[in-house]
Amino acid sequence: MTLHLAVALAGDSFAADHWIDQVGQADEAGLDFVTFDDTFGRHGPDAVLLASRLAPLTRHVGLVPVATTTHTEPFHLSTALATLDHVSRGRAGWQVRVSHDPAEAALLGRRGPLEIGETLAEASDAVEVVRRLWDSWEDDAIIKDVATGRFIDREKLHYIDFAGAYFSVKGPSIVPRPPQGQPVVAALAHGPDIWERLDADVFFVTPADADHAAKLVRRIAPEKKVFADLTVGGHAPGDAATFNGTATQLADLIQNWWAVSGIDGFRLRVTDVAQVTDELVPELRRRGLFQPSAKTTLRERLSLPVAVNRYQEATRA
Amino acid sequence: MPKQIILAAHFPGVNNTTVWSDPRAGSQIDFDSFEYLARTAERGKFDFFFLAEGLRLREQRGLIHDLDVVGRPDTLTVLSALAAVTTHLGLAGTLNATYHEPYELARQLATLDHLSGGRAAWNVVTSPGAFFGENFRRGGFLDHADRYVRAGEFIETARALWDSDGGEFAIRNSQFDIKGRFGVPRSPQGHPVILQAGDSDGGRELAARHSDAIFSRHHQLEDARLFYRDVKDRLAGYGRTEDSLKIIPGVSYVLGDSDADAQEKAHHIRRQQVSPQTAILLLEQLWNTDLSGYDAEGPLPDIDPVLDEDDTIIKGRAGMYPDRLKTAREWRARAEAKNLSIRDLIIEVTGRQNFIGTPARVAEQLNEYVQTDACDGFILVSHLTPAGLDDFVDQVVPLLQERGVFRTEYSETTLRGNLGLGPA
Repeated sequence: MTLHLAVALAGDSFAADHWIDQVGQADEAGLDFVTFDDTFGRHGPDAVLLASRLAPLTRHVGLVPVATTTHTEPFHLSTALATLDHVSRGRAGWQVRVSHDPAEAALLGRRGPLEIGETLAEASDAVEVVRRLWDSWEDDAIIKDVATGRFIDREKLHYIDFAGAYFSVKGPSIVPRPPQGQPVVAALAHGPDIWERLDADVFFVTPADADHAAKLVRRIAPEKKVFADLTVGGHAPGDAATFNGTATQLADLIQNWWAVSGIDGFRLRVTDVAQVTDELVPELRRRGLFQPSAKTTLRERLSLPVAVNRYQEATRA
Repeated sequence: MPKQIILAAHFPGVNNTTVWSDPRAGSQIDFDSFEYLARTAERGKFDFFFLAEGLRLREQRGLIHDLDVVGRPDTLTVLSALAAVTTHLGLAGTLNATYHEPYELARQLATLDHLSGGRAAWNVVTSPGAFFGENFRRGGFLDHADRYVRAGEFIETARALWDSDGGEFAIRNSQFDIKGRFGVPRSPQGHPVILQAGDSDGGRELAARHSDAIFSRHHQLEDARLFYRDVKDRLAGYGRTEDSLKIIPGVSYVLGDSDADAQEKAHHIRRQQVSPQTAILLLEQLWNTDLSGYDAEGPLPDIDPVLDEDDTIIKGRAGMYPDRLKTAREWRARAEAKNLSIRDLIIEVTGRQNFIGTPARVAEQLNEYVQTDACDGFILVSHLTPAGLDDFVDQVVPLLQERGVFRTEYSETTLRGNLGLGPA
């Protein structure tokens, strides 16, 4: 077992070169993934398009943009993220976010704000729709059978027929199944209303110390990957514990938390990737705690199981 | 100085123009294919790359259409990735004003414009009807009559957001009621380039009022000149100059060593594009009924088309036949006169390539179109993914450059600049 290491970037730059430099460093250092923060109304680029802009220029690092389910179309989310997975050849993820801010609702103008419970219920439906659409093409649906003139075997494409309280989506997707089958779904989770109701693969939690991290790990289903968020000095303080000190001290903290808690990895909230790649990564490698993965897809890097297609299974049964 | 020709590369789409059965045909979804075509277009100093949008897979007779290429990526996500592997090529995509919302889409387009250094373009379309709507929150809410209202108000709203320079906005019109802080500072082009494809009177008026370019369907020389004049004459009414709106039809081409060789190649490609199964399917699109019992190598049906425009046999594609009975009569007469099978007839009456000949002949014809005001340039639709543009770039572009009607190097960094459009 090796420690997983990710960074959260919240930058507001619209300069491509800035991001190429930052994410290029993460790629070279062998970090598992980068998350790109986003909210409606913020000063900053659309995170999915930013991640896609960086995909052809990186080779290893997972690209995990934030995308909001409140007020948006699950169909567009699904196809955009599936495309990010195609463009990055299997390195796409998605950090799910909800919005209950009335100012954000007014930007979209579709409806008034939802209260938080409703936004979570809707997000849960959106994740279900996005995942069904990713599976709505079986991997071998494209047959190019010249004898019968058929490009696809339409028996291997599936309507998803989702009908919920907030939207209905017919399917199938317009995008063939992405390379990972299911790109990695992640969410920031402050409590069981997230980790018990949202069908994510990775949860970012915000423990105050190693013991707290251990408690959180025990409460979350064992097949989920749990990352501890840590804010590294200079970054604006928020919900996560803040670290101030040297790279060696940070390595000590990570080593201690990891040994005690059974956490899968850390997501370091930074203002500059160099805060992680310059000294911390070499130190963790010296200690044998972190080893860049040679795997090509983000699912493989995180040791997530191969994504079985729900419709393919249904057909076989 | 002669008029300069605009050239764009259309990524092969999901209709039978695209030949997938050819051994040289590559993937329609791997990023390598998009990168290859974009790099080829940029090598040829093209103005922009063009990618259409999918909202639902096409259906015929209630089944997912399986005879053409099926499946494509999300438009904006691919364009943003292409910004990483090109430096001057414009990046244009179709994005439907019915199934997107102004704040989100304007933000995405402005992001693309920033991240590409001023190369974003948006082809505005609308879709009425419930078919696509089944994949989206709002369903098929847009009345046919409202489609240009929504498109026009969407464009006005997006332009207001782009003009806010990232600041506060409040917009209320018949389609939208939004306010807040946009959050994206003014992008390199100010406004991404706006294309529009509508052809009706309302569509032409919308283009004359709002668009920077028209993706036109008019490619017969005389017809194209009439369209060109009609649209350009509308511009003065909006205080615009004639060169502020570019007319760029989508066209196909076939090159050969001789004109006869090119004609032979063109016919071979047409047979690839119209398989026996495709011939029946295309015939059904006019007849509007199940013709699966007919033999593609046999004569046309003697029954009349079904006239139910509310329940057409094909879903997910715009209607093509305003008068089904008249067209069917014409097709029957033509088939009888020339003793054509269903497949032969369909090969003749649908989608013949527009420019066929040696590179010199094609270059000459393209130039004639532009110099005689039939259009300002072309969106080239090739039949092979992704290498279908190679011969054009290698053989036709140099001839256009020799004539002094096409750039040898990019002179500007933004798409607006390369198209000769003024600042937004």
